[in-house]
Amino acid sequence: MNRALLFIPLVIFALMGVVFWIGLGIEDKTSLPSPLINKPFPDFELGVVEDGRTLTTADLKGQPALVNVWATWCPTCKAEHAFLNTLAAQGVRIIGINYKDDLAKAKDWLAAYGNPYAYNLSDPDGMLGLELGVYGAPETFLIDADGIIRAKHIGDLNPRVWSTLGQTFEALK
Amino acid sequence: MMRFTWLLLLVCAPAMAVIDGHKYPFDNAEDQARFAQLAEDLRCPKCQNQNLADSNAPVAADMRDKVYELLQDGKSDDEVVGYLVARYGDFVRYNPPVRLDTLLLWASPVVLLGLGLLLIALLRGQQGTVNKALSPEEQARLAEIKARLEQESDK
Repeated sequence: MNRALLFIPLVIFALMGVVFWIGLGIEDKTSLPSPLINKPFPDFELGVVEDGRTLTTADLKGQPALVNVWATWCPTCKAEHAFLNTLAAQGVRIIGINYKDDLAKAKDWLAAYGNPYAYNLSDPDGMLGLELGVYGAPETFLIDADGIIRAKHIGDLNPRVWSTLGQTFEALK
Repeated sequence: MMRFTWLLLLVCAPAMAVIDGHKYPFDNAEDQARFAQLAEDLRCPKCQNQNLADSNAPVAADMRDKVYELLQDGKSDDEVVGYLVARYGDFVRYNPPVRLDTLLLWASPVVLLGLGLLLIALLRGQQGTVNKALSPEEQARLAEIKARLEQESDK
C-alpha cells in the first residue's frame, strides 16, 4: 500500500500523456465550433454580385442549400472551386457570399472558373461575415428549407469532407 | 487667460485609442479605457493566441470596429462580449464562464493541488510511523516486556 503511493506521479503522468496524445490527434485545431448551429440565418439585405438586385434572409428559404463564403483573395477558395462546380452539377443548391471582395474581381472570377452558385451575395465590408462568425474563408454553412443553420464547415470542401457533410445535407431534404 | 484656455483645451482633448494604425476616437477617457480593456480581453478567432488589441488579422480589425461601434451605441461591456460570443463562440473570451462543460478547466488546478497535498501528507505520515520515538506508555510496556524476558531467562 505505502509503496504503491510512490506510483501516483507515474499514473498522473500517464493520464496527462493520454490527454495530450488525444489533443495531438485532433485533426484541425483551427476549426472552432460555431454557436450558430440550429439558429436562424442572420438577417441581411445585400446586393447580388451577378445582377445587382437586393435580396434578404427570406430569399434563402424554400429548400436546403449550402452557403459558401468565398473571396478572390483566398487561395483555398480557388482550390475548392472545381469541387463546388461538381456539386452544382449534381443538383446541390449553393449560395455564395462574396466576402470582403471587389465586385469586378468577383465577376471576373465567376466568368473564368465557372459559376456553381444560384446567386452570390456581395458582402464587401464583411458585415454579414461578422454576423455569421466568419474568421477565415472558405467557410460553408448548411441551411435547411426554413433558413436554419444546421452545420458549418471551415476550410475547403472536397470529396473527403463531403462524404460526411453530404450525408447531413441529404438528411435535410 | 490665453494660457488658461489652452490648458482647458488640452484637458478637453478627445480620448483616442489607436490600434494597428486604426484610430478610435472617444468622447471621454472612460469609454476609451473600456475599449482598450475589451480589446485586451477578447481573443482573435483567426490567430488563436492573440487578443484583438495585438492582432493585425483582418477579422480582428472588423471585430475591433464592431466593439467600437457597439460602445458608441452605449452598449455595456457584457453586451459587447455577448454579441461576439453569440457569433464566434466562447473561444473569443480569455475569461471563460464557469459552466458544467468548463468545470474541468476551472476545477482542475484546485483538484490537482488537493491531490498533491494529499500525497505529501500520506508520504510524510508514513515516514513518521517508522522513525517516531516511543510514547511514555509504549516505553513503559517495553520496560515491562524486557523485565519479563529477563525473569524468564533467569529461570
